[in-house]
Amino acid sequence: MMKPPVSSQGSPSCRFLLPLLALLALGADACGAHTPEPVVTTQALPPVQPGELRAPEAFAGIADPPARSRALFLEASRVMLHARCVNCHPAGDSPHQRDDMAIHDPPVKRGPEDKGVVGLECTSCHQEKTPELARVPGAPKWHLAPKVMAWEGKSAAAICAQVKDPARNGGKSLHDIVEHSAHDKLVAWGWSPGAGRTPAPGTQERFGALVAAWVETGAACPTEAEAQEAKR
Amino acid sequence: MTTLVLRVNGTEHKLDVDPEMPLLWALRDIIGLTGTKYGCGQALCGACVVHLNGEAVRSCVTPVHRAEGGSVVTIEGLSPDGSHPLQRAWVELAVPQCGFCQAGQIMTAAALLSKKPRPSDSEIDESLAGNLCRCGTYTRIRAAVRKAAGIPT
Repeated sequence: MMKPPVSSQGSPSCRFLLPLLALLALGADACGAHTPEPVVTTQALPPVQPGELRAPEAFAGIADPPARSRALFLEASRVMLHARCVNCHPAGDSPHQRDDMAIHDPPVKRGPEDKGVVGLECTSCHQEKTPELARVPGAPKWHLAPKVMAWEGKSAAAICAQVKDPARNGGKSLHDIVEHSAHDKLVAWGWSPGAGRTPAPGTQERFGALVAAWVETGAACPTEAEAQEAKR
Repeated sequence: MTTLVLRVNGTEHKLDVDPEMPLLWALRDIIGLTGTKYGCGQALCGACVVHLNGEAVRSCVTPVHRAEGGSVVTIEGLSPDGSHPLQRAWVELAVPQCGFCQAGQIMTAAALLSKKPRPSDSEIDESLAGNLCRCGTYTRIRAAVRKAAGIPT
């Protein structure tokens, strides 16, 4: 039996959790009509620290599959919206770096194939792993996500729609998305960035499990209201 | 230690080295090609740029094992007698001041011109954006690249 949080004024995770559950319970049509009171139910999720991810099992108490699916995606989106991921999913032509998502220095450009420009390709500097002393982040096939896959400035709701759209996800099926999330080596760098960088929350294994559970429950996308509430 | 085979400026070398050794170390300290410079050691300044299989790479962060079986060209190998159009333009326009960055600048520009023989100014700037010149000769560098490309300066 999961222990429900006791107050929406508690830890940051609780402030995230309770309004989210209330929104999920009320459904999208109720959003914006009034501010729902936080509802503590047995569906309450366990608290989570900023550097952790809840396991898919933590969402079992949400009986309604679409609501559970939306909640699972919101949890997975905590990885997608992390600086380790957004920095190389930029909306413009320059990647970002560091936790404050500053513009990449040197001022590199994405180039025609999202791999940099002639003479200053991503792999001119980025190796297959992070060198111990030079600290330049490294992983196999270092490159930017294409502009249609930009996450910078996007909500979890918008990213969800994007991730499901083959025209904006590199032609991937939902099965491909699960595989990419769980096993891609460049994605894996987000959890072992090296050189003192803040890793993405949780682990790649758990992230992959969340995405798989999201797909298994119908791959429902959170509403904008739910996404905004989850950010608070 | 591992024995690695790489071709540098057309000559095959067998090196008994730690495969994680920076390529720059192998070039300068083992093979003895000191034209490529050590600047920042973090891929931030571009002084150490060489070509690996035709791509400009920063040799200070490139592990030497990445070059195994591949072809490396350094500033010494760009032309047999310093006659590459970029080298001639560099001299004619008196580009360098201290000269420490010029090997990296020229090697990056050579990679650009090999794939874009007549680059625009913005393409020149974007390709060379990661090559720092602490003497501030950027306008002369761009002019020399244009001259080497046969673009009126």
